Amino acid sequence: MSESSTRLSVFKTYKLYVGGKFPRSESGRVYEVSDSKGKWLANAPLSSRKDARDAVVAARKAFGGWSGATAYNRGQILYRIAEMLEGRREQFVREVGEAEGLSKSKAAAVVDAAIDRWVWYAGWTDKIGQIVGGANPVAGPFFNLSTPEPTGVVTVVAPQDSSFLGLVSVIAPVIATGNTVVVIASEKAPLPALSLGEVLATSDLPGGVVNILSGKAGEMGPHLASHQDVNAIDLAGADAALAKELEIAAADNLKRVLRPQPVDDWNADPGTTRMTAFLETKTVWHPTGSLGAGGSSY
Amino acid sequence: MASLFEYAPAPESRSVVDIAPSYGLFIDGEFTDAADGKVFKTVSPSSEEVLSEVAQAGAADVDRAVKAARKAFEKWSALPGSERAKYLFRIARIIQERSRELAVLETLDNGKPIKETRDADLPLVAAHFFYYAGWADKLDHAGYGPNPRPLGVAGQVIPWNFPLLMLAWKIAPALATGNTVVLKPAETTPLSALFFADICRQAGLPKGVVNILTGYGDAGAALVEHPDVNKVAFTGSTAVGKAIARSIAGTDKKVTLELGGKGANIVFDDAPIDQAVEGIVNGIFFNQGQVCCAGSRLLVQESIHDELLDSLKRRLSTLRLGDPLDKNTDIGAINSAEQLARITALADTGEAEGAERWSPACELPSAGYWFAPTLFSNVTQAHTVARDEIFGPVLSVLTFRTPDEAVAKANNSQYGLSAGIWTEKGSRILAVANQLRAGVVWANTFNKFDPTSPFGGYKESGFGREGGRHGLEGYLDV
Repeated sequence: MSESSTRLSVFKTYKLYVGGKFPRSESGRVYEVSDSKGKWLANAPLSSRKDARDAVVAARKAFGGWSGATAYNRGQILYRIAEMLEGRREQFVREVGEAEGLSKSKAAAVVDAAIDRWVWYAGWTDKIGQIVGGANPVAGPFFNLSTPEPTGVVTVVAPQDSSFLGLVSVIAPVIATGNTVVVIASEKAPLPALSLGEVLATSDLPGGVVNILSGKAGEMGPHLASHQDVNAIDLAGADAALAKELEIAAADNLKRVLRPQPVDDWNADPGTTRMTAFLETKTVWHPTGSLGAGGSSY
Repeated sequence: MASLFEYAPAPESRSVVDIAPSYGLFIDGEFTDAADGKVFKTVSPSSEEVLSEVAQAGAADVDRAVKAARKAFEKWSALPGSERAKYLFRIARIIQERSRELAVLETLDNGKPIKETRDADLPLVAAHFFYYAGWADKLDHAGYGPNPRPLGVAGQVIPWNFPLLMLAWKIAPALATGNTVVLKPAETTPLSALFFADICRQAGLPKGVVNILTGYGDAGAALVEHPDVNKVAFTGSTAVGKAIARSIAGTDKKVTLELGGKGANIVFDDAPIDQAVEGIVNGIFFNQGQVCCAGSRLLVQESIHDELLDSLKRRLSTLRLGDPLDKNTDIGAINSAEQLARITALADTGEAEGAERWSPACELPSAGYWFAPTLFSNVTQAHTVARDEIFGPVLSVLTFRTPDEAVAKANNSQYGLSAGIWTEKGSRILAVANQLRAGVVWANTFNKFDPTSPFGGYKESGFGREGGRHGLEGYLDV
């Protein structure tokens, strides 16, 4: 079968994932993405300020439905993402290997960890409320309950080096609790992130919950950090200078800011801090009334 | 409305408090003059009488206080939690013992009625220290992992509306978790913090664990920006909160901000009108409306608008405005001439923009800073009085037809601190509470506070929570 050995493969046009659709950058711009040895891999969209704004609109539109979904439902969908990823494991092993210059076995370990991370957060959706909320024993006849609620639209500057496990580790905790996200993928290795969009699109995740942009964090970041309809920003993948610039811009509407955290190993137990960073606490009071001096007669 | 009864004066005695003619800064356990010798006067807002002259901290004093706090941190943070707890329990008890004195002092310096300082501020202050005292040796069980560590030196800047209570909200969790503190009270209300310094002395608190710097905004800014401060806690205006957020960008400083609000108080047509009216009055006229979580936007279901407003006006006509030390006084003085000017200007804007202004017949004292309870009706969402925080006894009344409209209007604000819901229908309370983007929702009640209950805002009302287990997080390296 000489035909198959000479068959020309079909390249994929890598596109953004915004509002559940796969647009090219409205700017028409692309940039070259290479592997660790400098070999051309693909032309990725070089997203613009307009793309970033469109992504925020999509994320805002999705927020009501996603934050209003039951925690059980969100858990089911996050688990579905893990299932879909498992089925496309080989593709991601190849893409992560090329993106990060990893051997096949090391890339496979990274992809497995990323799949397991979705499972971890799938299980958290209906437990975090009990961990961080609860009844408060106030000194008076009042029912008083604190519950966590999602902050809203969260912008994430994804880690630059860990293009896939790092990416999953920063977006899964944000959406697990009901936030929606606009993520700027690793600039030099955006392809695994863009491919993740294809997985999300087939996982029952409502369009707009996760929006994935490729391009320069330095270009889009300032617009997202100062955007009045963005509620929070995770600076995971920003260098010190950019992180400071974005934190200053974020003060315009008092966004919640998660500063870059040193991460030695994305395989480590993620804990809960990436979830709690993007949660608000709402406390509701109501009088309990009284059944009279004798209380209940039962 | 003519009163049925005349009230005889019933003043609380001032003799219970002894205010010295001058006070220094409290640094490293000693009262000391400012490095440059500057002082400023603090006056009683109800009479403009000068109460005392206090030292005005500058950058050099901030540096000295931070150094003292840093020095004290090593030993304080290494103390067993049970020992830190006992210091805080001592402080709580001394506050209880001296609560009448402190209530009178607070009323003199702030202008709020003695009824409030005596029955709300002071009991809450003591309770807050008592609550966090108990946490000091239980931090392993607080849900932040084993042995959570303190941050270091906390720089805390507090407002004038609840001087001692805001001090308690800041200092109690900071000390319980093992941090040391430099606190700057507001320039118009420095005295209760200085009396608290004396309580620290009575409690035998180690030197440098609590430092109090009286002064103006420049001292607050110097404190927030000091490179050796690890934690910034601020309660005050959203504008200053944003400036603080900018100034600490790129540092490792942890920050909590409790900022402005424009709370919506939503009254549905099935609400018990008399109780709702009491709640509305409490929501906006408690502390002369100088409350970040005040219910300053009244959203009334259209069908009961007229009935509710009639009842509300009748009730406002019975409020007693005057001497804050009088035990019958409901409405005290505005805290400062500056704040009075701001309230006056915003109310005038409301009138100029076409909202309908109403106040009960109300005689204002000739000296001091006073503003009559004021109600604006025919207010739209575009009006300044419906959007800007007035921080005074001014209520804006808007209407709605459906619960969806009520929620949309309530959430139509840059702020998200508090909200109220009045209805007899339980499922509606929960549905509306769910949809409101606000950190505290009072249903069929308003302006309730408790040390166990987390307090803080959404959106531009700030971030972080004070009170409860949640309040520990802002002071721990977690």
